[in-house]
Amino acid sequence: MYFTSFEQFINMNGHGFYVWLSYACFALLVVTNIWVAQQRHRRLRKQIKSRLGRSAKV
Amino acid sequence: MSWFDNWHLPKWFYQMASPKWFYDFGARLQPWFAGLALILISWGLVWGLLYAPADYQQGNSFRIIYVHVPAAILGQSLFLFMAVAGAIGLIWKIKVAFMVARSATLVGASFTALALITGAVWGKPTWGTYWVWDARLTSTLILLFLYTGVMALNQAIPDRSVAGRATAILAIIGSINIPIIKYSVDWWNTLHQPSTFTLTSKPSMPPEMYIPLLLMVIGCYCFCAWLIMQRTRNEILDQERQSSWVARYLED
Repeated sequence: MYFTSFEQFINMNGHGFYVWLSYACFALLVVTNIWVAQQRHRRLRKQIKSRLGRSAKV
Repeated sequence: MSWFDNWHLPKWFYQMASPKWFYDFGARLQPWFAGLALILISWGLVWGLLYAPADYQQGNSFRIIYVHVPAAILGQSLFLFMAVAGAIGLIWKIKVAFMVARSATLVGASFTALALITGAVWGKPTWGTYWVWDARLTSTLILLFLYTGVMALNQAIPDRSVAGRATAILAIIGSINIPIIKYSVDWWNTLHQPSTFTLTSKPSMPPEMYIPLLLMVIGCYCFCAWLIMQRTRNEILDQERQSSWVARYLED
């Protein structure tokens, strides 16, 4: 392991802010992209299902 | 054009063109890509953040490379991917190809934005500035604008097949920008460092620095494969909602 203490790992010799900001943006991109795709999938399924249910009653 | 009429592509190419076939195919492949992405990205992140040595000049800010380079590579690859999918749609009149191209747009745009943001954040401690109007940075910003243009065009045209054709043409023309980004560090004097990976020579870094980067790049490719399949399958559900197979799938 490169770092000897947890504090050193967070601080990154003064570059902590830049490093963690970059990794936070990466995490945000991954999570948002997954969430948007799955949310749309759920919404589409619900929409199509309810339309099918209506047409079955008629 | 008789040579063209007699020229047959492999069977899977025609199967891919069927929305139902693609929907099932995606569902079968997705777990593999999700698993690979999860393993490779977490492996790359832990290695890059905890075990890779710091750069002798840049110190620990060098670790930004493990998100910046994959983001930049994906941003450019996905634009070419979008152009190729669009071209397939234009040539063989395949609806699914346009759906794939449309699904890749936002993914590519978000990775390009990430490359610009992480680049700016990395630039501050390394160059002393968040932004310079240099060839690499400017051409990448143009790439983001091209993505925005493709998305706007897609939104503006309600007819899916017309929108698919129009955006395909824009993506194909816009691809000229990709070699410009790639060679910008060789053609112009720039602040940006030269490419980390080239196909023809050994990496300029030691293995304990570039292997985690390689893991991150491949992991991000797998993540994009999973995401684009999911988005394409959503697109198929949306556009094929009148088909009987969609009704059959959703009944149970």
